[in-house]
Amino acid sequence: MIRAVLVMNTQGKPRLAKFYEFLPVEKQQEIIRNVFAVLCSRPEHVSNFVDAESFFGPDARLVYKHFATLYFVFIFDGSENELAMLDLIQVFVETLDKCFRNVCELDVVFNYSKMHTILDEIIFGGQVLETSSTEVMKAVEEISKLEAASSAINLVPKSVSSWRSR
Amino acid sequence: MGSQGGFGQSKEFLDLIKSIGEARSKAEEDRIVIREIETLKRRISEPDIPKRKMKEYIIRLLYVEMLGHDASFGYIHAVKMTHDDNLLSKRTGYLAVTLFLNDDHDLIILIVNTIQKDLKSDNYLVVCAALNAVCRLINEETIPAVLPLIVELLSHGKEAVRKKSVMALHSFYRKSPSSVSHLVSNFRKRLCDNDPGVMGATLCPLFDLINDDPNPYKDLVVSFVSILKQVAEHRLPKSYDYHQMPAPFVQIKLLKILALLGSGDKPSSEHMYTVIGDIIRKGDSSSNIGNAILYESIRTVSSIHPNAKLLEAAADVIAKFLKSDSHNLKYMGIDALGRLIKLSPLIAEQHQLAVIDCLEDPDDTLKRKTFELLYKMTKSSNVEVIVDRMIEYMISISDDHYKTYIASRCVELAEQFAPSNHWFIQTMNKVFEHAGDLVNIKVAHNLMRLIAEGFGEDDDAAYSQLRSSAVESYLRIIGEPKLPSVFLQVICWVLGEYGTADGKHSASYITGKLCDMAEAYSNDEIVKAYAITALTKIYAFEIAAGRKVDMLSERPHATEKEVAMVDDSVPERCREGCQSLVEELLASHSTDLQQRAYELQAVIGLDARAVEAILPHDASCEDIEVDKNLSFLNGYIQQSIESGAMPYISENERSGMVNMSNFRSHDQQESGQHGLRFEAYEVPKAPVPSKVTPVSLSSTTDLVPVPESLYARETHQVSSVGLASDTGSSELKLRLDGVQKKWGKPTYSSPASSSSNSTSQNPVNGVTKVDVATTVNSKARDSYDSRKQQNEIDPEKQKLAASLFGGSTKTERRTSTSSKVPKASAADRPQDSKAASVPNKASGEKTNQVQQPPPQDLLDLGEPTVTAAPPTVDPFMQLEGLLDPSASSTASHSGGAVANAPDIMGLYSGTTSSGQSGDGGYIPASGDNLNLLSELSNAAAVRGTMGETIVSPLSQSVKGANAKDSLEKDAKVRQMGVTPTGQNPNLFRDLLG
Repeated sequence: MIRAVLVMNTQGKPRLAKFYEFLPVEKQQEIIRNVFAVLCSRPEHVSNFVDAESFFGPDARLVYKHFATLYFVFIFDGSENELAMLDLIQVFVETLDKCFRNVCELDVVFNYSKMHTILDEIIFGGQVLETSSTEVMKAVEEISKLEAASSAINLVPKSVSSWRSR
Repeated sequence: MGSQGGFGQSKEFLDLIKSIGEARSKAEEDRIVIREIETLKRRISEPDIPKRKMKEYIIRLLYVEMLGHDASFGYIHAVKMTHDDNLLSKRTGYLAVTLFLNDDHDLIILIVNTIQKDLKSDNYLVVCAALNAVCRLINEETIPAVLPLIVELLSHGKEAVRKKSVMALHSFYRKSPSSVSHLVSNFRKRLCDNDPGVMGATLCPLFDLINDDPNPYKDLVVSFVSILKQVAEHRLPKSYDYHQMPAPFVQIKLLKILALLGSGDKPSSEHMYTVIGDIIRKGDSSSNIGNAILYESIRTVSSIHPNAKLLEAAADVIAKFLKSDSHNLKYMGIDALGRLIKLSPLIAEQHQLAVIDCLEDPDDTLKRKTFELLYKMTKSSNVEVIVDRMIEYMISISDDHYKTYIASRCVELAEQFAPSNHWFIQTMNKVFEHAGDLVNIKVAHNLMRLIAEGFGEDDDAAYSQLRSSAVESYLRIIGEPKLPSVFLQVICWVLGEYGTADGKHSASYITGKLCDMAEAYSNDEIVKAYAITALTKIYAFEIAAGRKVDMLSERPHATEKEVAMVDDSVPERCREGCQSLVEELLASHSTDLQQRAYELQAVIGLDARAVEAILPHDASCEDIEVDKNLSFLNGYIQQSIESGAMPYISENERSGMVNMSNFRSHDQQESGQHGLRFEAYEVPKAPVPSKVTPVSLSSTTDLVPVPESLYARETHQVSSVGLASDTGSSELKLRLDGVQKKWGKPTYSSPASSSSNSTSQNPVNGVTKVDVATTVNSKARDSYDSRKQQNEIDPEKQKLAASLFGGSTKTERRTSTSSKVPKASAADRPQDSKAASVPNKASGEKTNQVQQPPPQDLLDLGEPTVTAAPPTVDPFMQLEGLLDPSASSTASHSGGAVANAPDIMGLYSGTTSSGQSGDGGYIPASGDNLNLLSELSNAAAVRGTMGETIVSPLSQSVKGANAKDSLEKDAKVRQMGVTPTGQNPNLFRDLLG
């Protein structure tokens, strides 16, 4: 099972944090700090795997991938395959790339809820749901379309009324 | 800047993110975020916020919380958003609540209704959003509210919904397996879904189900194999391909499931050989995902019943991995090698260079993985190299977690394979010196015990040589600054026991060292306690040997003779040091230290004969007979009762008070049977029955009393054992209640009962052994009605839970730290551990092999003890009993002591009788109620932690091993898949030969 997905920049600022089991905010922060400390102490051209037991409990492993200014980190347990997780990061990033056309850190920052929408189509409750970025894109686009349609109906009267009320 | 495709945010939000991005320090960031929180607090509670704006506020809240600040003031708004009909708002609301709330949060109850409604929605995207929330927010209690809806969704028209509802059921299974146990057939049905995506999703719950118990699913082997075959042969639509690989995640999941199903099952494994062989043969090692599948295949090959051809193919793949330049593949190769090495030990030889390279690699992950591999291939020929490497690495790292881990590995390997005593002691010293505060205290006790018992040498010379080499090394180390507490304890103990034994060092020299140490670490009370006890022992040995003791300053010149024979000159102040240390401790705030200091004073005042009886020389290995039943008091009690004394009535019976803790544990135990009997009003009646039955005596100790008559009542509650241990853990704290009551009515306890509060101290080693004795008169119990039993059940539970809890935690550790079950029990089971330390890699599942007489090895002593023990206390059976409650009933009840053999008893005796081999007197009186006099049972002797003292005397009577033993060892070593090697000067050979 996948326990957490983290995206953080090279300064250690979290850009996306999703924990598939509840953790209090302080614990989440501690994990983010620990992960960052481990990642930035790793030399270049080494493996993408890190043992995460010391901060995420027994049997936890971590796979990370470094893209430009971002670290993509998946934390999971022994029932997943490390190399496959590495490819799942690839799927996630490929999808983001398709979605935002040449994804960069700013896209990630400004599209917080869309990031979550995409991630939810790939990983569901800690299990891998879909690994084809095309399929994920299809689902995400469908959601966006519907969301746009549903808000368009309400948009005019609501915005006018709120504009008036100011 | 990138597109914001329809998710346009306000300028405010953009500015916020920008300013946080530009923040120079954490403090500055915090200031910005706190300002933002203030803004949001104000804005979010304004009336009539447009939805789009509200959505942004919620996103901003999420952002704030991701940065580590409290956004709980906005949770309710997120919950409100889920009620919205607008899909955009609803999804945002669901996103927010899944990120904000735990499944037991108070607000969940407000969401469950919405979820129910949304699960019924016509819009499948709404259903999907609700399913997503279900996974995270529905807990054990709320599962029934949504379960029927989810089951309905399993046959929804959209495959996305079917997929997600399978996953939702999976999440229920993880939270509460019983809640969906009746739905397993649905998983099987979905396996044949015509959408491969749904089939793939179904593999996730099936994997967990099979992981828990593979047996009911053996019939699916053929289906899984055929699915895997079809997937691997590109029969799925192209859309499932990933980098030209057909549905790789499905393949991996299937391989994992096959590994579980084929493990130890030859017929099932035979079905798999062809398809796995094909996958390996056709495997694409150029892509990452191809390698992932290859690696998974190797894992499956190493887990199922071995097949020579597949093993060969797997070895080839490993070779490819190890030769690769990619660190990831090397890592996988090392891991795979570790798995395969059990099956074909020769495979490591081809890769020795690669393995050494990985050990030298700058990549920490790879290094650790390699140590893992080395650990698996350690044998007596290469243990020195491997352990030295490990220690070297241990010193170099700062990660406490891993340091602890590797230290325990070093200790384990050293105990198991040490080539010589000298090396062993040196190694242990290094481990303690660098990781002393991290290693388990049991390791220290183990070391003391090993030094005390020796390692099974034949002659006494080697035996004492071991001790003096230990003493020498400790005297050398003792001066170094900042030694860990645990290590100091070992040093104190060894110096106390053996410091003067070989006559090389005078008592005053050793005591001087000890006093210096106690002074240097004056804020460590445990060390001081060890030091003062060591002093006591040394003085006692001196007195017993007829020499005069020179601690007291009024006779400062009495020891010139001794001073003359000291190799180093002892500074005069040592003596004053001892004196002042003792004086300081006499006035210590710690009662323990005080007591020890007074004991020292008392011992010094005695004559040689008495001292010798109290603290005999070199007797740390002797067994101490403790009359746990306190039967010597029976006559006295009888006499007192006959002459008209009031029999003792336990506190609980007397007061009739039922404190809340009783009820709490009771409720959980009996689930409402007697659940709400708050009978505090019956207090005045309680003493009446006690007069009716005057022949009743029981003592309540301030530790947990054991009314053993209740075991019979417990028999029907076997299934609640686990629960009892849970409640017990929390109840343990509540024992103070009893103490308070005791203080309240001090006059009530009879002299007999007060003396039976046996907290006996082990006089030899100064290590406290606590025996708890309790008497309960069965007559008294008969006359009391069930209410009284209810009163009694609490301490009983506590007691039981205490022993269970101790046992269960050990068990957990055993399984989690390593698979070497018998090894891990070393400390709490002194004799057994030695039998278990056969060089046996996989001893966890091969207990029957371990039970054979152990071969000559480092820790050879154990054999006679094990055979001497009666079959009823077969340690391995007990061990199994601890691990598996159901097995324990057969294991430890064969003694016939308990008529209605309850499982609880099995666990109980499993924990308590460890270390007291063949304690025939230990008879729990389960059925026998007629005994007028009280029957006593011992409670959990807290022995686990003091392995140093409890050693059967038998263990020394037969030492060493004959040729047969060593032959057996050789055979076993081969059996375990390790080839013994000759001498290899070459490093690589040494490691891998």
